[in-house]
Amino acid sequence: MSNRTTNLLVPIISVILGLLVGAVIMLVSGYNPLEGYAALWNGIFGDMYTIGETIRQITPYLLAGLAVAFAFRSGLFNIGVEGQLIVGWFAAAYVGVAVELPKIIHLPLAIIAAAAAGALWGFVPGLLKAKFHVHEVIVTIMMNYIALHVTNALIRTVSGGGDRTESIFASASLRSDFLENLTEFSRLHLGIILALIMVGVMWFILEKTTLGFELKAVGFNKNASQYSGMNVNKNIILAMVISGAFAGLGGAMEALGTFEYVSSKGGFTGIGFDGIAVALLGMNTPLGVIFGATLFGSLKYGALNMPNAAGIPIEIVEIVIAVIIFFVASGYIIRLLLLRASAKKKEAK
Amino acid sequence: MEYVIEMLNIRKEFGTFVANDNITLQLQKGEIHALLGENGAGKSTLMNVLFGLYQPEGGEIRVRGKKVDIANPNVANDLGIGMVHQHFMLVENFSVTENIILGSEPTKYGITNKKDAAKKVQALSEQYGLNVDPYAIIEDISVGMQQRVEILKTLYRGAEILIFDEPTASLTPQEITELIQIMKRLIAEGKSIILITHKLKEIMDVSDRVTVIRKGQGIGTVITAETNPNDLASLMVGRQVEFTTVKGKAFPGEEILDIKDLVVQDYRGVEKVKSLNLNVRKGEIVGIAGIDGNGQSELIEAITGLRKVKSGTIYINGKDVTNMKPRKVTESGVGHIPQDRHKHGLVLDFPIGHNISLQTYYTKPISKSGIIDYNKINEKALQIIKDFDVRTQGPTELARSLSGGNQQKAIIGREVDRNPDLLIAALPTRGLDVGAIEFIHSRLIEQRDNGKAVLLISFELDEVMNVSDRIAVIHDGEIVDIVTPENTSEQELGLLMAGHTEHKKSQDLTKKGEDQHVE
Repeated sequence: MSNRTTNLLVPIISVILGLLVGAVIMLVSGYNPLEGYAALWNGIFGDMYTIGETIRQITPYLLAGLAVAFAFRSGLFNIGVEGQLIVGWFAAAYVGVAVELPKIIHLPLAIIAAAAAGALWGFVPGLLKAKFHVHEVIVTIMMNYIALHVTNALIRTVSGGGDRTESIFASASLRSDFLENLTEFSRLHLGIILALIMVGVMWFILEKTTLGFELKAVGFNKNASQYSGMNVNKNIILAMVISGAFAGLGGAMEALGTFEYVSSKGGFTGIGFDGIAVALLGMNTPLGVIFGATLFGSLKYGALNMPNAAGIPIEIVEIVIAVIIFFVASGYIIRLLLLRASAKKKEAK
Repeated sequence: MEYVIEMLNIRKEFGTFVANDNITLQLQKGEIHALLGENGAGKSTLMNVLFGLYQPEGGEIRVRGKKVDIANPNVANDLGIGMVHQHFMLVENFSVTENIILGSEPTKYGITNKKDAAKKVQALSEQYGLNVDPYAIIEDISVGMQQRVEILKTLYRGAEILIFDEPTASLTPQEITELIQIMKRLIAEGKSIILITHKLKEIMDVSDRVTVIRKGQGIGTVITAETNPNDLASLMVGRQVEFTTVKGKAFPGEEILDIKDLVVQDYRGVEKVKSLNLNVRKGEIVGIAGIDGNGQSELIEAITGLRKVKSGTIYINGKDVTNMKPRKVTESGVGHIPQDRHKHGLVLDFPIGHNISLQTYYTKPISKSGIIDYNKINEKALQIIKDFDVRTQGPTELARSLSGGNQQKAIIGREVDRNPDLLIAALPTRGLDVGAIEFIHSRLIEQRDNGKAVLLISFELDEVMNVSDRIAVIHDGEIVDIVTPENTSEQELGLLMAGHTEHKKSQDLTKKGEDQHVE
């Protein structure tokens, strides 16, 4: 079997296997898998509205996935995307409510504020890693909690004791009449364009710039990078800052597009953590992240329709979705089985 | 004739790549059988098959005439096959006995019985004349002694057949002589030995027969007494090989590297380089001879800016480069072939083309205002690959998948191509075969002849003697003497390296000499 057919077959077989096992789970729980999957399908592609909402759901996953993938490519494990996304969300919303400016200034300013906040949240673990060899996993996990509770406190202060800010001024919003009209008034916003541009930005940095060459070299082998005169510490910090900025932009999508405000949270959004899976599904490449985010976003959003349309409890739905993603992530095992099968065939000949 | 081990027509494939193709090796009882081949020829693969780490696709293995299936290393152990690894597998802060019993600890009422084990180790040590103290801690004993612990480990487990993998790689000349005696003693006691090496001299000294493999193919087995190093080398490489490095007289010019009273500490704060003085001039090769761990690594790292200097100064071309950043040192005209090519020399997961530009990727014409041009990187790579005969599928092949010799050629190409005034070559031929060694030596000499300064660090006396114009002997962080190859001998160097400076003057200074150098 040629490499290309294997590469194509693996994801297809993975998804089919995932769907099959998901169907078994629904069957033994006493629900009709056909109805369930029909509901899932309609939840994703049912009409223009659901398509719009699905794309909206994909948007922050794209940026969270980029953040994790970028750090991975530089040899760093950024578990702090969640926290960076939360501070980005707050920063964008704050700029959105605090001042009213012409759109051409206000919107970019709010976006930049989100990226800067995420970058700052990435800078701290980067600095600690570079200067004191503190492992970035520990610091980023802890930074997540700090982000969650600090933003909650700030939201209370800003809103005068409430649990959410005012809605942002229209001048800072990513919403677009055109997209809303097109998708039967879904919350689809212009953020998807920004997210796709960022996919290009990540590709450009890694594949076209001298900086990208250094980041990848440091990620693979710090000793050889140091030997060849690269500033290893600078590159570690920079990688975390850029990664954090991507995550912060993910927060801006929620602040300026989906919700147009920020509310205090009882727990994490989960987008940042799902970003780890998105990046790994996409093998840490920019194009792969699009694939991973699309899979995640579609399943997550489409699944919401399963309890309503097919009467399947949300707990079962979550298990089914997890199983499908699990099988996609296990592509390695399927690849191995395919290789075995083709080797056997060769022997038989 | 009785064979203790027969590997008949062994074939081992990795995907489409055939690592061993129809190789036959028959080990007689009580012989030392050398396995000779270039790097990547398939020696390790063959031994891993024998040791049960790989399963062969074809052929069969017989032990004492009986066909066996060695499914894993435990089976090999039970069959009495023991391996003395090139890189010792010892726990540094454990005692000799503890290391030997590790994994099969004898117990008495559930408690490890070290006393009896130590007695058994002592007895074995005496039987084979190994002279090992069972209670010594590994980190306190010499490399040669550590190797004997590895040998004891296999004997303790009842090995009848011992495989030595490149056993002399890190030994001093004296230790090599002792090792050869130990191997002969083992044979006298009825053991059989397979010796993996590409050092022809050792093969001639100790082995009874030699099996040669080349590019995965079994070339054949010859009786050592009926062959000579030249024939063996051509069998191994497949062409004629020059042994004595051809080199003309040196014409040294002004000083390029000048080191004054250099003191360098290791990461624990221990002084590894102690008030060292050294200079290297244009158009000469200065070899630093010494036993591993006498400050060579710290010295190079200090020169190249990878390690902080405690005191003293380093001048390159008259410019003070002490404690400068590595890139500044490089840009002052230094090329550096690092001693560990996997750790420092290459980003193994980068394509070989990227690695060839590892020192120049940020300069014009490869990079312009922060944008890198990978076409230029590949152009450069193709040129180096051609000029330095790097055998690779092309610039985009991962550095990891090249053989050691070709990785090293790529590094040397990268460093030499920048035309540095000072080329530092640290163990440039470590682990390479004669063909590659010959190539690398001639490149170093070519640099010298082009008026460059070359600083060579090596643990191999042959190499230091053959290539250097002056030899600086390092011991315990100091240069204890500077000699010329014409006026010294391996014996004298060995003693100097071990710190015996007083013997020096009484040595006969006319040994060796003329035949080393073609004027």
